Amino acid sequence: MSIPMEFYLVVSTIMFFTGVYGFITRHNMLAILMSLELILNAVNVNFVVFNRFLFPGQMEGMFFSIFSIGVAAAETAVAIAIIINVFRNMKKIDTSEVKNMKY
Amino acid sequence: MEITASQIIFYILSAIIVGCSIMSVVSRKILRAATYLLFVLIATAGFYVLLNYHFLAAIQISVYVGGILVLFVFSIFLTSQVGEKMPQVKLSRRIAGLIVSLGGAALTLFVLLTQNYPYAAKVSESEIDMYAIGQSLMGTERFQYLLPFEAISVLLLACIITGILVARKK
Repeated sequence: MSIPMEFYLVVSTIMFFTGVYGFITRHNMLAILMSLELILNAVNVNFVVFNRFLFPGQMEGMFFSIFSIGVAAAETAVAIAIIINVFRNMKKIDTSEVKNMKY
Repeated sequence: MEITASQIIFYILSAIIVGCSIMSVVSRKILRAATYLLFVLIATAGFYVLLNYHFLAAIQISVYVGGILVLFVFSIFLTSQVGEKMPQVKLSRRIAGLIVSLGGAALTLFVLLTQNYPYAAKVSESEIDMYAIGQSLMGTERFQYLLPFEAISVLLLACIITGILVARKK
């Protein structure tokens, strides 16, 4: 382990806030979902890094990451089903054009 | 100070993660954005291998890259034309996003780099035993995770049913 822990955390911080930027600026629903994946992925890296460097004898961080990946998969599948349904009904998935869902 | 192989690999992986995640949120072609996301996810699996979490790296590849990303690509094909560019984002919104993300990143990095971490005395270099992972995943004792495991399986079942119910044709 010649690499300090902070290096990993800096990379995951950059990944997280890139995801936040995409979440704010994107209009396409699928692109928003992709930014969300970036955010979740950064959080998983953090869990694993803290587990490895601060509590190397235990496995809690790894299991938290495994379950978090499972929940992310479920969430993405349902979200994509909803987006495809919205596209089928309204022929567009742009958040500024899908106006019937707002009220 | 000499540079070891793992450091070189770490720098390559971080360059891929940083560059591709930025490209993934600014690219105007959505299929290209999905491809950049693929590189980010694979490089993250490389991080897990570097940290000796081989099982987690396998899960990352098989679930994220093999499952979620394929789902993304299929839904992109279903909902947009190939080669279609997304419209340019308004400047005010881009500035707002930049302020929020750069401010948040600056604050987080400041806290991160001024903090002293109580490092463990000896960081283990070895890979986690697969037997230990299986025991922890399938037990009901302390530090064993049968209940969350079952909760995830019920959640995935509910997710399958919801996906069929929502996305099927009437």
